[in-house]
Parts: sequence; C-alpha cells; structure tokens
Amino acid sequence: MNSGIPLQFFLILATIMFFVGVYGFLTRRNLITMLMSVELILNSVNINFMAFNRYLFPHKMEGMFFSLFIIAVAASEAAVAIAIIINIYRRFTTINVEDVNEMKY
Amino acid sequence: MINFTYTVWILVIPFLMFIFLGLAGHKIGPKLSGLLGTGALAVITALSYITAYYYFFATPKTAETFKAIVAANSTWLQLTDKLHIDLGVLLDPISVMMLIVVTTVSLMVHIYSTGYMKGERGYERFFAFLSLFTFSMLGLVIAPNIFQMYIFWELVGVSSYLLIGFYYEKPSAVAASKKAFIVTRFADLGFLVGILLLSFHTKTFDFITLTDPSGPAIAMAGGASFMGLSVITWSMIFVYMGGVGKSAMFPFHIWLPDAMEGPTPVSALIHAATMVVAGVYLVARMFPVYALAAPVALNVVAYVGAFSSLFAAIIACTQTDIKRVLAYSTISQIGYMMLALGVSGYGGHEGLGYMASMFHLFTHAMFKALLFLGAGAIIHAVHTNLMTEMGGLRKYLPITHLTFLIACLTIAGIPPFSGFFSKDEILAAAFNHNKFLFAVEYAVAGLTAFYMFRLYFNVFWGKETQYNHTPHEAPFSMTIPLIILALASMFTGFIPFNKLVTSNGQAFESGIEWGVAIPSVLIGLLGIGIAFIMYRKETSIPEKLAATFKYGYKWAYNKFYIDELYIFVTKKIIFRYISEPIAWFDRHIIDGTMNSIATVTQVISFRIRKFQSGQLQQYAFVFVSGVILLSVLMIYVWYW
Repeated sequence: MNSGIPLQFFLILATIMFFVGVYGFLTRRNLITMLMSVELILNSVNINFMAFNRYLFPHKMEGMFFSLFIIAVAASEAAVAIAIIINIYRRFTTINVEDVNEMKY
Repeated sequence: MINFTYTVWILVIPFLMFIFLGLAGHKIGPKLSGLLGTGALAVITALSYITAYYYFFATPKTAETFKAIVAANSTWLQLTDKLHIDLGVLLDPISVMMLIVVTTVSLMVHIYSTGYMKGERGYERFFAFLSLFTFSMLGLVIAPNIFQMYIFWELVGVSSYLLIGFYYEKPSAVAASKKAFIVTRFADLGFLVGILLLSFHTKTFDFITLTDPSGPAIAMAGGASFMGLSVITWSMIFVYMGGVGKSAMFPFHIWLPDAMEGPTPVSALIHAATMVVAGVYLVARMFPVYALAAPVALNVVAYVGAFSSLFAAIIACTQTDIKRVLAYSTISQIGYMMLALGVSGYGGHEGLGYMASMFHLFTHAMFKALLFLGAGAIIHAVHTNLMTEMGGLRKYLPITHLTFLIACLTIAGIPPFSGFFSKDEILAAAFNHNKFLFAVEYAVAGLTAFYMFRLYFNVFWGKETQYNHTPHEAPFSMTIPLIILALASMFTGFIPFNKLVTSNGQAFESGIEWGVAIPSVLIGLLGIGIAFIMYRKETSIPEKLAATFKYGYKWAYNKFYIDELYIFVTKKIIFRYISEPIAWFDRHIIDGTMNSIATVTQVISFRIRKFQSGQLQQYAFVFVSGVILLSVLMIYVWYW
C-alpha cells in the first residue's frame, strides 16, 4: 500500500502540471497550443483524483470513475475543439486567436 | 308593430361596399366600381323609402304621436355597469326624414358622378370614399345615443377630408382639406366637452332619455351654475359648438368655401346637402333640452344662425367663383335653419320653427344639391369656375339652364316651388318670436334672390363669351339627376311636414301665413329684378356700384378678412407667443435632457468598451488572478 512514493510527490507533480497548463493557456496565442494546455490542466486534475483515491480511500472507486469520466470528456472536447480550429483555419487561414476578431465591436 | 331590424342593413351595405371598393376597386376597374357603388346606394335608398313609408304611414301612432323606435341596439363598449356605449338604430321623424334626404341626394350624386368623374384617376377610390361618407352620414342620423353620433360625426369629418383632398396633387386641395379637418376638429373639441359635461350630470348617453321632457337632462335646468349660466346651458352651448363647426356657422365658417376644392359632386353631397346640415340635425336632435332646459343656449343658436346667414349672403353677392357663391349661399341657408330652431318653442304650434327648420333642411338639400350639380355641369362644359369667364350659356346647355333656373327660383322663395313654403314657415316662426331676427332674415331673403340671380344671369345670359371649344350639354348620367332633383325642388314643398316632423311628434295645423309670405315673395322678386337690371345684359352698373361702396365692396369681396384674422391670430399671436416658447422648451429642455443622458452614456460606454475585448485569454487571466488572489487571501485568513 504505502510503497515508497509519498502522496506529496503526486500533488507537487499535479500542481506543476496545472500551472504549466494555466500559464500556457493564458500566454499562447496558438489555438492548438491552448488546447494542449487545457489537456494538461485536465490531466493534472486526473492525477489528483487518482492519488487521493489511492491514498485516502483505497477501497472506493469514485476517483477512478471521475478520472475515466474526465478522460472521456477531454477526448470529446478535443474532437470538437479541433473541428472548430480546422474550420477557423479554413475561414481565416490562421489559428492565431488575436487575428480572429471579425465580430469584435 | 312592424319589425324595423332590417334597417341595420342600411348601414351595413355601404360599409361593406366601402371595404370592397377600397380593397378591390382597382382590380375590377372603374366601370364596374361605379356600377356597384351606385347599385348598393340604390338598394339602401329603396330600403330607406320603405322604412319611411312604414314609419310614417303603417306604424300605429300612440296618442297621435310619432314615437321614437329603437330598431336595433347592442352594447358596444361596456365601461362599467351603468356606463356603456351602445351602437344601434333609432327611428323617429327626423332620423327617418334624414334617411330620405341622405340616400336620395347620395344616389343622385352617385349617378351624376359616373358621368362627371369619367376618366379621372382614382375613379374607384372616389366611389369607395362616397360609400364611406354615406355610411358615416347614415350612422350619424340614426344614432340612438350621443356617443355614437360623435363617432360618426368624426367619420363624416374624415370622409369629408378625404374627398376635399381628392385631387391630392393640387396643393390648394391639400391645404383646403387640412383646413376643413382642423377647423371642424377644433369645434368638435367643444362637442366632446359638451357630451362629457352632459353625460356626467345626466348619467346617460341615450337620446330618448336625454330628450324626455321629464328626464334627467331637463330636470337639471335649475341645477348648479357657472358664471351665471346653469351646467345644462353650458353643456348645450358646447354641444352647439360642434354643430357650428360642422355646419360652417360664423366663426367656424372659413373651411366651407375652401372645401370647394373637392370634386363638384362631393360639394353637392357633403358640403351642401348632407354633412353641413349635421349641426342643424344635432340641435334638432337635442331640441327638447334646448327648448325646455337651456333657453339661453337656444338664443345663442338663433343669433349665430341669423348673423351667419346675413354675413354669408353679403359675401355671396361679391364672389366670382360660382362654387364659392354657392358655398356662401349654403352657409346662409343653414343659418336660416339654425335661426328657425332658435326661435322655436316646444310642442304644438309653438314648435313651428322646429318644423320649418326640418322642412327647409329637406328642401334645401334638394335644391342646393341641384345647384351644385348644375354648377358641376357648367364647369364640365366650360372648364372654369369663374363666372366672369362665362356668359350666354343658355343656348349650349338647355337642360342645365332649365334646372338651374328652377333651383334659383326655389332658393329665391318664389311660389309654388318648395323653397317658398319652407322659407315662409321660417319667416313666420321668426316673426312670431322676435321681430329683429325676422328683419334680418327678411333682408337675407332679398339678398339670396339677388346673388342667386346674379349668378344665373352672369352664367346663362350676360355677355356673349367666345369659348375655346363649343360647350356641350352634359351626358345623360349627369342630366337625369338634375331633372329628378329639379322635380323634387318643385314638388317637395307640398309635403305636409306639420303632420309628420314636429318637435314633439304630434301633428299641428299650420298654413301659409300670407301676411309674411307676400312681402317675402315681393322682396325675392325685387332681388331678382335688381339682378336682372344689373346682369341681364353687360352693363356698367356693377362697376359703378362697386366703386360707390368701395370699402364695403372690398371688405365683402375679401370675405371681411376673417381668414386673414384667423391667420393673424394663429400665426402672429398663438404661434409666436405660445407655440414657439413651448417648442423652444421642448427642443432645448426636454430633448436636451434626453440627449445629454444619451451622450453621457455613450461617452462612458466608449471608455469602458475595452474591457469587452472578446479575448478569452484576457478574461481567463482576470479570472485566474482573481482565484489566486482569493486563495492567497483564504490561506492568509486561515493561518491568522
């Protein structure tokens, strides 16, 4: 059960991933990169779920289900987002968010 | 008891015809539109005659009195339990008489218009409006309550407006239609105030209740007073103000001469025979209230009528546009009717003036429609309105000439034509009541004969004018109505009105009062004689006379500058000292406040719109910073 790796390690990893994701989401202007950043955020949450599930309630399954659920949502989100990005690219021949501003005031 | 419910169709048919011709007229073409409009009118004319026959001769009278019959009534607008506005049909002697007048003249005008308006643009529109007018006028005369009357009163105003402005491409026609509408609308304001006052105090709109001699309106005679006159007197004066506007009495007469801009059949129908007598009809309708509860208001009616008739007759002597002469003559004759009502009492022989007024209304409708239609035929033939450009037309227009002569003799009061009988009754009523008013009307009778024959001689005799093309007699569709109306003018004088249309519904004895009749015929003949000397051949007498009474002539020719006075009062006084400050206040204070609110909002919005950049990342940055800030705050508080 407590086979060596302490819980904090997982949490530190998840925190680093989370803030890397947030940083990437806020600073990149490329839609694909932004999508990747969002995936990072989601996966950091997954790691958190799994770690807490394992260390706090080893006999329950909710954390795993949540993780599976998030993976499924993330997959569909990626599918939709990429479809949108492709359409944007076709329309504007760019995927830089700052250049896609036709509807702005 | 006969069921009169079918009289509703008299209203429904012209209304449906208006809708149909208005919507589909241009699809079915002018010929069919004219035919349909005239056909529908013929049907309701027949219905009206049947109604009149049954009402006067086949309905058993109770206690020798014609009773008012409510043929149909339905609540239209239920405001409260007690206060409701009804629409319905009321039949009593004057409304049945008016049905005859309106439908007869309207039918004649319809037939005439099929010829007169031939080839005009908007022929279908013309017939649609004629149907609308007929509907409104019939609705007005058969109204069982004063509110329905007011509704239809406004509707005839609208149709008059539409028809005066029929040639809407002519600026003068547009101005005239606006003038007519605004002036009558202003007077109708008084009517509305009168209705409100009256119904507030009597709690009813219903004519039968209002005019009941033991009803609430007449019981108010001694009620509360304001400025020395009782409430009922005030309300009746206000109601009369509406009548003054519609009937073009002084001082609201200014719209009628200008209304001659409309097509001539319209002038004949609306501005001579039917709509303009609505004011007389209104007073007659409310007559028991005037006579029994508001004698002061009745005196106002008499003096306004007398003044208008004299005033308009003097102006008529100087005008040169034949339609304007007839317009002033109409004002003068309506003044006669008003005066007759004003000098009348209630019931029996006292009510002679009432009977005379209705009698004159009837005969006047016939002969004045005839005069206008005749004038239309003349204008049709020579393409001008000015009698100075006419002369010697008797050779070219024999039928028009003959019928016009009959109409002139009728209006001049020469026996045995109908005008003689009705005018004699009016003069007799005035003589019995007030010698001063009688003297005025006596003078007007002479003036009437003079100006009508001035017109007649100028147009049909006088100098031989060279026309660009030979004038030709009007087509049959125009001469047949002339002939029918001429026959009506000749013989309607023998209708025993004293047996049929009286102030309280009871017949009374009255004959020709020779003591009044002979002098009035003599002054009529005198007027004709003077006109004969002055205008039979081209002479210099008119110019000499005009030069002698230079100022008087100039004043009368310019209609006593009443129009200019109105313009002065409205433009120089009301507009400058009331309207302009109000407009300034509206523009600068009210609009200014609103505009500055809008400007401030706009400036602020422009400043803050950068917040809404549409960039998700910017929002997310704000959001994340907020979350971090909150978290730090939480941790800080937690470990405090």
